[in-house]
Amino acid sequence: MKESKILSQENASLQTKIVSKGKTVQGVLLFFASLALVILPYVVQQPFYLHVFILIFLYAVMGGAWNILGGYTGQVSLGHAVYFGIGAYASTMLMMEWQISPWLGMLIGMILAVLVSLAIGYPTFRLKGHYFAIATLALGEIFMIIFSNWEWVGAAVGLYLPILPSVWINFQFTEKTPYYYIALGMLGLTLLVTRLVEKSRLGYYFRAIKNDQDAAKALGINTTYYKMVAMAISAALMAMAGTFYAQYVLYIDPNSVLAMSISIQACLVAVMGGVGTLWGPVIGAAILVPLSEFTRSYLGGSGSALDLVVYGVLIMLIAVFQPAGLMGLFGRNQARRKEA
Amino acid sequence: MEGLTTEIVIQTLVSGLLWGCIYALIAIGLTIIFGVMDIVNFAHGEFLMVSMFIVYSLSLLGINPLISLPVAAIALFALGILSYKTLIRRVLDAPMLAQIFVTFGLMIFLRNLAHLIYSADYRSVAVSVFQGRVEVLGIYLSTPQVIAALVAAVMTAAVYWFITKTEMGWALMAVAENKNAASLMGINSERMYALAWGIGAACVGVAGALLANFYYIFPEVGALFGLLAYVVVALGGFGSIQGAFVAGIIIGVTEALAGLLIDPSVKYVIVFSVYVVVVVLRPKGLMGNV
Repeated sequence: MKESKILSQENASLQTKIVSKGKTVQGVLLFFASLALVILPYVVQQPFYLHVFILIFLYAVMGGAWNILGGYTGQVSLGHAVYFGIGAYASTMLMMEWQISPWLGMLIGMILAVLVSLAIGYPTFRLKGHYFAIATLALGEIFMIIFSNWEWVGAAVGLYLPILPSVWINFQFTEKTPYYYIALGMLGLTLLVTRLVEKSRLGYYFRAIKNDQDAAKALGINTTYYKMVAMAISAALMAMAGTFYAQYVLYIDPNSVLAMSISIQACLVAVMGGVGTLWGPVIGAAILVPLSEFTRSYLGGSGSALDLVVYGVLIMLIAVFQPAGLMGLFGRNQARRKEA
Repeated sequence: MEGLTTEIVIQTLVSGLLWGCIYALIAIGLTIIFGVMDIVNFAHGEFLMVSMFIVYSLSLLGINPLISLPVAAIALFALGILSYKTLIRRVLDAPMLAQIFVTFGLMIFLRNLAHLIYSADYRSVAVSVFQGRVEVLGIYLSTPQVIAALVAAVMTAAVYWFITKTEMGWALMAVAENKNAASLMGINSERMYALAWGIGAACVGVAGALLANFYYIFPEVGALFGLLAYVVVALGGFGSIQGAFVAGIIIGVTEALAGLLIDPSVKYVIVFSVYVVVVVLRPKGLMGNV
């Protein structure tokens, strides 16, 4: 608040000074936050809390993946479960059928997801706005139904991953701590990729497409090509999260990795935090995951749906009172609006 | 294919047509809301579910589904207006994603509220006036489905008449066309938005009350019908009532034929593929004029 008040004064030199000071503060905060997250498993021993953190990282990766296409490029996909599912099924099937390490399976899954995303993107990027969103929703359902009827991948029953020795090459651990670090690493990678996109030429093209596709086209930007690039990055990160999920839960079925709810969650995390921002999905996940996990453990015990009723109400409240996402709370715009 | 007689094909086509009328009515509710204010209501399937549970609850009291149909329609009209006044009105100027998410929240809320009250069990109405089958020109059709399709078709026509022929309908269209110009003409856009939500929800309310007579009632029932409604609306063209009607019939018939000729378990793969192909060729849908 104080910073933004000073910023609003028309003093350019002071402004740059404060911005650079703000950046240093941010850097220091980021350093200590990362440090705290790295040493956290040594302090927090209860599996439930580690589990909540792992889920926060996982959802932040999913939200971050969605954000590249939905947030930065403005193409609202409601079918991102497809790539999550491909990641989960690819690594699992490769391991079960040919004993390929899930790490390699993850990479193959990411490549497959990219190929599928290009096949989906090429025709559907002709559609705009709601038409694109509904088409991706329908394509997501097509994958869901195909996998539910495909015997080789376990159909609707799903697949139980065989229990292997707890070593790194198997991507299976009896303790939660290794999963914690892997998820944290994946989140770091997602943030790095997002940052690189944000700062590069690509980021400018993406935002130009988001702001006005026709204008971007008129300026000579090959909009379909850049939308496909955004889609490919997004799909690869989503597939990575899918493999992690499969290895963490050790059971997958179409309902848990391909359902529309997965697509919505990925989107929800980014929107709640703030679309088109680096930290938005992290904040969204840090709010939504504990919200859903704690309401479930306190209200959902009896098998009733009370936890989800409360969850639904909270989502409505956040959307109504903080439509720009929770990042808006920290942003300059919010501070200015409060002053006015 | 063995056993594929002309009768079976005709029967399937007619059955698809009947389903199509109901899909159309569900989708018209959605397309009216979209047409007037450019918001996709992702809780639309849940509105249908609420209506089905209203009819179910009344049937437990021994109330005839014919009487509960108008009750459900009025209740849903009220639910639509309530949703608008409490939620949608507050996000009118918000980004599209925030608007989508309010309705996602509403979807999660309504679905699980039903789960909380009625549990996840599959139910069917206790009293049904329409039962059995009717024979028309050698083909057998289930009576409740025929009646549902007829009522849905009449309701669709009535809504179309209301929008295109009455002064209030013109006011709705004017707001859809240009909100500012409409308010200069003395049209209260606020009231029209609320009306659009009321009518949109009432349409799906009627559809739900009809469906409750011959379909299982459970908290998740809105998921499939909601999804079909989005597909129908996008296929027909967002905001187009005629488009939604034609697309509803196309989807209903495609579904029935795919179930007969290929396999019931994958019929929606065919349905959604047909939709995707059509919409890729015609990016604004069949009759979209956006």
